[in-house]
Amino acid sequence: MALLTLDQARLRFGGIVALDDVSLAVEEGSIAGLIGPNGAGKTTAFNAITRLYRLDSGDVIFDGRSLRHTRPSRVVRLGIARTFQNLELFPRLTVLENVLVGAHVSSRFRRERDVRRDALETLAAVGCAEHANRPAAGLPFGTLKRVELARALAAKPRVLLLDEPAGGLNHEEVDELAGLIRHLRDERELTILLVEHHMRLVMQLCDHVHVLDFGKTIASGIPAHVQRDPAVIEAYLGGELAA
Amino acid sequence: METLTSPLAGLRARGIALGGAITVYLLLGGGAVFLLVGCLQSTRFAQLTVSGLAVGAAYGSLALALVLIYRATHVINFAQGELAMATTYIAYQLIQWGLSYWEAFAATLAIAFVLGTALELVVIRPVQHRSVIAAVIVSVGLFILIDGVVNWIWGGGIRFMQSPFSGSYDLGGVNIQHLYAGMLGVVLGCVLLVWALFRFTKLGLGMRAAALRPAAAALAGVRVDWMLALGWGLAAVLGAVAGMMYEPSQLLLTPTFMQEALVYAFAAAVLGGLESPGGAVVGGLAIGVFLNLLAGYLPQVVSLEVPFAFAVLLAILLVKPSGLFGRREVSRV
Repeated sequence: MALLTLDQARLRFGGIVALDDVSLAVEEGSIAGLIGPNGAGKTTAFNAITRLYRLDSGDVIFDGRSLRHTRPSRVVRLGIARTFQNLELFPRLTVLENVLVGAHVSSRFRRERDVRRDALETLAAVGCAEHANRPAAGLPFGTLKRVELARALAAKPRVLLLDEPAGGLNHEEVDELAGLIRHLRDERELTILLVEHHMRLVMQLCDHVHVLDFGKTIASGIPAHVQRDPAVIEAYLGGELAA
Repeated sequence: METLTSPLAGLRARGIALGGAITVYLLLGGGAVFLLVGCLQSTRFAQLTVSGLAVGAAYGSLALALVLIYRATHVINFAQGELAMATTYIAYQLIQWGLSYWEAFAATLAIAFVLGTALELVVIRPVQHRSVIAAVIVSVGLFILIDGVVNWIWGGGIRFMQSPFSGSYDLGGVNIQHLYAGMLGVVLGCVLLVWALFRFTKLGLGMRAAALRPAAAALAGVRVDWMLALGWGLAAVLGAVAGMMYEPSQLLLTPTFMQEALVYAFAAAVLGGLESPGGAVVGGLAIGVFLNLLAGYLPQVVSLEVPFAFAVLLAILLVKPSGLFGRREVSRV
């Protein structure tokens, strides 16, 4: 059964239709990819799911429940955590404090000491434990991407939305990231939806791929099929996918 | 299109760079050495320094209130001083009704917290999302409203409020009034408590996160709107502490007694860098000492203290707009 569904989501900014009746379903326990050229509406879809944007029509359904009237700070409590394309960490807080902000969602009746220990463990799981007490500002981009991932994980979500997790990484690091994401999915029983330009990662990782172009769904299916879809190849102008 | 897809682009555009920190610490260290040597040389200098620090702590507390709100929303709350004045009147009234000074002090802090939070919820929040300038204009309106309400309830006349501190003691030949020592202790103690709240509690972490990156904080589960309201509450508490402690040094309680203090608090906040809580307190202490020494040694300029504060403000904005501890703002076009 689909855990997260976008149902005929429609959103316009002035004259631009950013999401044009987009419907997509993410199966529980799967890793789904959301791809498309720049400006296709991928991040907009994330912002609509996390309620930063209000849909003009259509709905977001999580675990059988509409998020139409849910405020953004409640979305993560329900079980949807995300990362951002351009990093939205708290620059003047330490790495550990950044993760604690995420952890406090799921820690209402727990002792602060235990919450801190969990946060440190989460940092260790993404390989950033040694930076715990450094301010986030000034660390390398790749490290910060992982810290942001840790902040999202610390909320103990059921669904993880990853916005370009491979951005700025080299080939080796991308393979390592793929392993990490798969490991996290298995260990924490996550359902993952990721926006990514890095096709190797998408093809390697995703059970299902959804392709947007100018706010419209142009293809949806298993990676091997989508890769051969003429509309998709057209959208990418015979780019990466055609090869 | 890309700009449209990211609501967070505006937040990112405020790049941050550190200024010359070493120069600032050298400057502050030099100032401290100058004060110390002066205090050892002359008892009059020492007394002026102590009372200057005490009054400066009150400016610093009010400046900190301004900074807390500015950091979270980029709104300068022009009503902060009047709010402090009104809460001081509330303390005065509670004492009139028979409460002891410290009972009235504690009750007033609680009332200030509720009042500050309520003001944010009722008058600021509805305009907050439109623009910063709308909220600033509302705060100017609040200034006039609070002033009017206080004049209506208590009248514009002079009132007297007892100080909880009286007498003085001798420290190596320097006569230090309890009034100033107590003022310094209470204000800095309260500032320290607020710092500890921000530094060590879950709530404080949430408030810092909400101020730095509101959208990301919300998506991490922080109730950003509530954090802003509580921030106003805390700012009102700091203002109330400043008002109640500052009042005895002014001898009289009048509806205008915090207006000069607000100017000094502005100067202190700008000197500290507007975004730096520590800077606001250091700025307040510096302005307090500076003005007190100035008035003490050049009595002919006593009535020029406010213009001097404005001169300081202007000088900082011209020479180093980021203040002592501020971060230079680099706007990406």
